[in-house]
Amino acid sequence: MHNFLFGIYPYITLVVLAVGSIARYETDPFTWKTSSSQLLRRRQLILGSVLFHLGILVIFVGHFVGLLTPIAIFDALGISHGAKQLLAMVAGGVAGVISLTGALILLNRRLSDPRIRKTSSFADIAILMILVAQLVLGLGTIFASAQHLDGHEMTRFMTWAQKIVTFRAGAAEEIADVALIFKLHMFLGLTIFLLFPFTRLVHMLSAPVRYVLRPGYQVVRSRRRHPAE
Amino acid sequence: MKVRAQIGMVLNLDKCIGCHTCSVTCKNVWTTREGVEYAWFNNVETKPGTGYPTDWENQSRWNGGWIRTKSGKLQPKQGGKFRILANIFGNPDLPEIDDYYEPFDFDHDHLKSAPEMEAFPTARPYSKITGERMEKIEKGPNWEEILGGEFSKRSQDYNFEGIQKAIYGEYENTFMMYLPRLCEHCLNPACAASCPSGAIYKREEDGIVLIDQEKCRGWRMCVSGCPYKKVYYNWSTGKSEKCTLCYPRIESGQPTVCSETCVGRIRYLGVMLYDADKISEAASVEQEKDLYDAQLGVFLDPNDPEVIAAARAEGVPEDWIASARVSPIWKMAMEWKVAFPLHPEYRTLPMVWYIPPLSPIQNAAQAGSIGVDGDMPDVKSLRIPVRYLANMLTAGDEAPVVTALERMLAMRAYMRAKTVDGVIDEKIAARVGLSPAMVEDMYKIMALADYEDRFVIPTTHREQVEDAYDIKGGCGLTDGNGCSTGISKGNLFGGKKRPLKMPHEVM
Repeated sequence: MHNFLFGIYPYITLVVLAVGSIARYETDPFTWKTSSSQLLRRRQLILGSVLFHLGILVIFVGHFVGLLTPIAIFDALGISHGAKQLLAMVAGGVAGVISLTGALILLNRRLSDPRIRKTSSFADIAILMILVAQLVLGLGTIFASAQHLDGHEMTRFMTWAQKIVTFRAGAAEEIADVALIFKLHMFLGLTIFLLFPFTRLVHMLSAPVRYVLRPGYQVVRSRRRHPAE
Repeated sequence: MKVRAQIGMVLNLDKCIGCHTCSVTCKNVWTTREGVEYAWFNNVETKPGTGYPTDWENQSRWNGGWIRTKSGKLQPKQGGKFRILANIFGNPDLPEIDDYYEPFDFDHDHLKSAPEMEAFPTARPYSKITGERMEKIEKGPNWEEILGGEFSKRSQDYNFEGIQKAIYGEYENTFMMYLPRLCEHCLNPACAASCPSGAIYKREEDGIVLIDQEKCRGWRMCVSGCPYKKVYYNWSTGKSEKCTLCYPRIESGQPTVCSETCVGRIRYLGVMLYDADKISEAASVEQEKDLYDAQLGVFLDPNDPEVIAAARAEGVPEDWIASARVSPIWKMAMEWKVAFPLHPEYRTLPMVWYIPPLSPIQNAAQAGSIGVDGDMPDVKSLRIPVRYLANMLTAGDEAPVVTALERMLAMRAYMRAKTVDGVIDEKIAARVGLSPAMVEDMYKIMALADYEDRFVIPTTHREQVEDAYDIKGGCGLTDGNGCSTGISKGNLFGGKKRPLKMPHEVM
């Protein structure tokens, strides 16, 4: 079971994430959106949304860099495993609290405001609850990792993640005996990958960074065949 | 010189009777769907008033349109690209639906299903968003109709800028006019500039500004970017929508629904040729009062052989060039100078223009004391203050508005002399800088306003750009998402995707 959840399930979720997102983008681009509800109720949205997103962005980058950077690079930079773990705990903790605050504001708004409640889909509410649960679990792991500050356990998660993405065997064994809360957090995280293409989370793939690269401000489209072409 | 053509519109406010037929027919065609009940691509406001959404003209509150930075560059008033992206998680300039109104309907079923009771059953309002009972309707799309509400509220109208407005609250001095509004299909659209996804674009062939529903991600920056508040966020689909200038009709040479159904025959549609290279220069002139003139400078004379040659070189079809030569828009905006852009100070170079309304002579009861300038009343004695119109149409510059009103009065005086007295009085025409032939033409187009004179719309040449074989069995006009209604019902991998030739971006 452990081998399935942390050795095979990750691949299932990543394949669904990739294939599902591509399929949705290709077949149903009209549904690809942020689903903003700011128009219906401004109250709570701006504060909650800004806190939530800022926190999530920090957490996302933290996980991405923290898990997937080869351990050798940290060693080469002279960053000890213990220091890295402390950094992850502090930065992740602060960002997690910020994000959780925002998420709770948003969840309260979504459940208690009649306008938002009535216009929410099941997926809208469910994914927000899952994210709140995941943030709580994530913050909970800080207490577990505070039990051993030498950074050893953290390197096992890094090895696990790197083995997964490089298709090496024995990923699941790396984390066989870590605390349950880590496993729960990882399982729910993988499940979020699985749900990703079927929810509004897809909007993060279209983060409009290209906007700043657009030459000028205007967009003009032409159907005409230009003589020059 | 980069010649492009645009379908422009002029609304002759002098003839608008405020019947809302344009708004209602537009709504019936475009916005009866869930999520846009509150949206009116076309609405008619009574002025003075704060309008719909409330106070939309007050850009110090909404930050729509453009500003000219100290270095002379143009930038959306809500901020440059980085600032717009920084506000993406919570847009501080976005109106709430209550700034428009909470859409409602009435419980009509109760009228027939109510049990026997002492009081007559009533149809009470309920919210179209939550479905819950609304005890009191606080606002609607035309809340200030015919000067509804207190003057203290209506006089928050931004166009009272620089006017001693207190006297207009008195019954004897009150004035009003109608202002039908729709998307301006600007030459320099602030909505398109604000869209982080690049989903809003201007069509090169006819200048219509559209939102690509499949590319829109709902970042909602266009809603705050548009100073006219004519982009609406559909809360059901999560996409922004706006007036399409009824492009399927325009493409086939028909007027828009609002124009077609206009009872007062106040709407005109025609081709304007413009120089795309001059847009940014014109939109960024330093003085706001110069923006009207600057925009006139962007338009190209369709009778100029050089312009015609350049238009051909750019691939503007021959019938479009011919239509531009008989365009009623060109005549009213450029030859007679009786039409003006709405709020040129927003620097969007709007393409829906307005002929200011004449109004009754102030204090007409005091016969003999009417301010008269020769045979004609002095436009300064008209009931609607010229400054009010100028604030709306020329960024406060009264001179062009005065000229336009004088020309309209002269047209009446000339035609009255001709038809009633049987006298051709060339002096009347000459005094306002027109020839008798021009006045007769003005009369034909503005007063008689025959269908063929109002709408000079060349068809789009789709046969030149796509193979009809590719679109056989297509769905016609749908709400994005191919043939579906927009809501995906399972079947993630179903359906064949037809290779569609998409228009390409040229700028």
